[in-house]
Amino acid sequence: MTDKLTAKDFATSQEVRWCPGCGDYAILKSVQKALAENGADPSNTAFVSGIGCAARFPYYVNTYGFHTIHGRAPAIATGLKLAKPDLDVWVVTGDGDSMSIGGNHMMHALRRNVGLKILLFNNEIYGLTKGQFSPTSRIGTKSPSSPKGSVDTPVSPGQFAMGCGARFFARGVDTDKVGMSDVLHQAHAFIGTSLVEIFQNCIVYNEDVFANFTERRNAANTQLHLKHGEPMLFGEDNGSGISFNQDTWSLEVVDASTSADEVLVHDEGNAIVARMLIDLHLPVALGVIYRQPAVSYEDSFYGHHPSRMERKKSVRDFIKGPSSWTVK
Amino acid sequence: MNKNNDVESIVIRLAGDSGDGIQLMGSQFAVSTALAGADFATFPDYPAEIRAPIGTTFGVSAYQINLGGGPITTPGDAPEVLVAFNPAALKVSLPMLDKGALVVINNDTFTDRNLAKAGYDSDPREDGTLNDYQVVAADISHLNLETVKEFGLSKSEGGRCKNFYALGMLLWMFGRELGPVEEWIKRRLARSPIMRDANVKALHAGHAFGETAELSANLAQINLPMAEMEPGEYRSITGAEALALGIAAAGELADRQVMFCSYPITPASPLLHRLAHLAELGVGTFQAEDEIASICAAIGASYGGMIGVTSSSGPGIALKTEAMGLAVSAELPLVIVNWQRGGPSTGLPTKTEQSDLYQAVYGRNADTPIPVLSASTSGECFDMASEATRIALRHMTPVILLADGYLSNAAEPWRIPDISHYDPIITNPVPDNDDSAQRKAFTRDPKTHGRAWVTPGMPGLMHRIGGLEKDIESGHISYDPANHQRMTDLRTAKVDAVADFIGEQAIEHGPDSGDLVVVGWGSTYGPIYQATRKTDTSFIHLRHLNPLPRNLGKLLARFDKVLVPEMNDGQLTTLLRASLSVEPVPFNKVTGQPFLIRELVDKIESLRGASS
Ligand SMILES: Cc1ncc(C[n+]2csc(CCOP(=O)(O)OP(=O)(O)O)c2C)c(N)n1
Ligand code: SF4
Ligand SMILES: [Mg+2]
Repeated sequence: MTDKLTAKDFATSQEVRWCPGCGDYAILKSVQKALAENGADPSNTAFVSGIGCAARFPYYVNTYGFHTIHGRAPAIATGLKLAKPDLDVWVVTGDGDSMSIGGNHMMHALRRNVGLKILLFNNEIYGLTKGQFSPTSRIGTKSPSSPKGSVDTPVSPGQFAMGCGARFFARGVDTDKVGMSDVLHQAHAFIGTSLVEIFQNCIVYNEDVFANFTERRNAANTQLHLKHGEPMLFGEDNGSGISFNQDTWSLEVVDASTSADEVLVHDEGNAIVARMLIDLHLPVALGVIYRQPAVSYEDSFYGHHPSRMERKKSVRDFIKGPSSWTVK
Repeated sequence: MNKNNDVESIVIRLAGDSGDGIQLMGSQFAVSTALAGADFATFPDYPAEIRAPIGTTFGVSAYQINLGGGPITTPGDAPEVLVAFNPAALKVSLPMLDKGALVVINNDTFTDRNLAKAGYDSDPREDGTLNDYQVVAADISHLNLETVKEFGLSKSEGGRCKNFYALGMLLWMFGRELGPVEEWIKRRLARSPIMRDANVKALHAGHAFGETAELSANLAQINLPMAEMEPGEYRSITGAEALALGIAAAGELADRQVMFCSYPITPASPLLHRLAHLAELGVGTFQAEDEIASICAAIGASYGGMIGVTSSSGPGIALKTEAMGLAVSAELPLVIVNWQRGGPSTGLPTKTEQSDLYQAVYGRNADTPIPVLSASTSGECFDMASEATRIALRHMTPVILLADGYLSNAAEPWRIPDISHYDPIITNPVPDNDDSAQRKAFTRDPKTHGRAWVTPGMPGLMHRIGGLEKDIESGHISYDPANHQRMTDLRTAKVDAVADFIGEQAIEHGPDSGDLVVVGWGSTYGPIYQATRKTDTSFIHLRHLNPLPRNLGKLLARFDKVLVPEMNDGQLTTLLRASLSVEPVPFNKVTGQPFLIRELVDKIESLRGASS
């Protein structure tokens, strides 16, 4: 490629059909920008999605795209990655798509560590089917199918991922360009499955569920932007920090000016702290929460194929089986 | 059975506990039969439980083989020789035998306890049960243990050699060389020299027992004629082996790699196991988390330009149906193999049936036509694999290939084909014009309606596909009513167009008009072949079930009656009635067992009798 591409080069001619004000627009922009900045080759990039509002994504990115069936994108993307291990494969999925109907495939993609960049648009609702509660909806969510409020305990995508043996888990907020840019670059560069949970505002069916930590004017106090090797500081002038309380075995907020040496330094490779960070309520942990590289599935898979699956022999060499005889 | 018999063919049934090594013994006997130049067909009949309680009737594992001068196309109706390793095996198998059959029993196992476990109130050796048979009672367990004593094995280890002791006896009966089996044991047990030597010794001792017993007991040597087979090189092959090689061959003919994605299920797993050994042939195997994931991964691989193949049996195929619709909508090639088994639900996992024809032809939401083929014999699975792939790539469609549990495991001699004589499998070229990439990807061949196979990684051809309805020309999403009509018509026309490439339906044998024709499909080929030959009846066997060959309607109209025997409740009968104006006579059997030749002969004769 000669000229460097821009975000615009990753847009298609298709009219974007999300509701005005939907968080998906901002995510689309961030992804297009990240692709351009990372020097992605559109011919060598594919977006695979399931079904849902989020899953319309591939129509709007000028790469290869496959809009598949509800919940199955990780399985289809796994087959694609095995067929084309050098292809840059992204999966776009919703909270319903990935955590209910497709939970099984999500689990196995994560544990196998297939080289997929999975973007989970979590709006805590089934958007496309007009607003029923989803597996990430909080208890008491009122919806057409739960008029008195839902009673199901929600699943935490981060805890789910950790339980499945995920090697990369990060979080971002749809409209937070800076945070999203960082997270998308890191996810893109990771070898193996990178799962990014994006808090996405569904303006129609679940407006402002995340407002308590996404509102810009208070974001400094409600968001913890993690950076590997740096202290976990947040708040106005980084006045607060996160420390580990040895009595309660949990994380807590401390005054960074008085308890500076108690503030934890973020270590992406620490699975135990990652799990505690995922459960942190306020501030909400964002950025790369956990990263522990391991050999990718496709590398192991091809490791078992000495020829990298090139045809080294003919069926003729195998067809006779253990013994054959001739009839004259 | 007289001593030193000359017979045309003979049916042998080996039966014992599932831990007795019956299947191994049977398959080794089949190989030695093949090497001796006889034709044969086998029927491994094994229980659903891996290791059912020892000595029970439901734990009986059996292996039936029909061998002789041929053509042999079925494992045989009634065993003429039964080797029963325990009372339960005798109990289960005896009703299948005709009077006068030779029954070899392992005397040592006929203890009070085992008799009771098998449900015998009295000892069948003494109460007259075996009066109509010729009985050879040999102390196989004991003799075997004596033979291998010198190796210092435990009783259970030593006992495990007894199938080779019995195999030695059988090989003596048929005047076979021990060499090939001995070679096989040495290869197989190379890493445990003691077991290797013990088994070889047991094999020889069993053979020697035959020689001595000839003098004293009913045991006789049997002379079989060599089969009259077309000249060429042969091997023994099961359906699973043939299909595995056929899939690899399809990859080679198309010059594409194959990605086989599957989730274990009886009786489909042997194909996965076979393919897992064919990496050097450009075949990848992916064991997915479930059947949905396996078809989806295969679709993903096809999207990426490999030949995606998935395989299962009825219950798993049911799970795959939504994804089949995706492959139809996205116009991607895919081969779906269904090893049918007895149903509904979990049904009879280890027993055979051909009751998924409706599922294959009709079993999807919406108007979602898919070509359907079926394999008739184990060896034919090889050619059907490339035929299915050829259709999938030419028309850019999923294709269902029906096989069944019987074919998966049944072995037969197979003339090894030379694949350099097969036509290459070709794909539709990407148009070389100024159209948009989206339009190029959905440019279809006017005769096949197959689109260009544009895959990610091709420079500059980025486009979007999916399960939403798309504009017939531009390939973009379209909710236009008239367009949906045209796309539905296109999908129908595409499957119909397959009939332009499959040739006319031929007659297997018999005149091409008359009072009666028997129409079969799938693994009933063997028994129908024999029954129609015996009765001089015309026989038509279908390999293409959707679409049906163009001339089939005219062909069937030339007969007064059309008899359709099937191992289901009348599915091909319904299909023929719906597609062609014929009113077939159904003949259905759903016992989990293949048709017997005589059942078919009786049916044919009764129909003939009724019409004359
Ligand atoms: C097999 C199947 N079941 C159900 C549906 C209906 N359906 C479509 S999208 C969806 C939920 C989508 O929710 P989510 O994944 O959270 O995506 P969002 O629309 O919120 O972005 C459902 C239930 C379907 N398309 N296919
Ligand atoms: S329903 Fe919600 S998630 Fe879907 S497009 Fe509209 S705002 Fe976005
Ligand atoms: Mg949602």
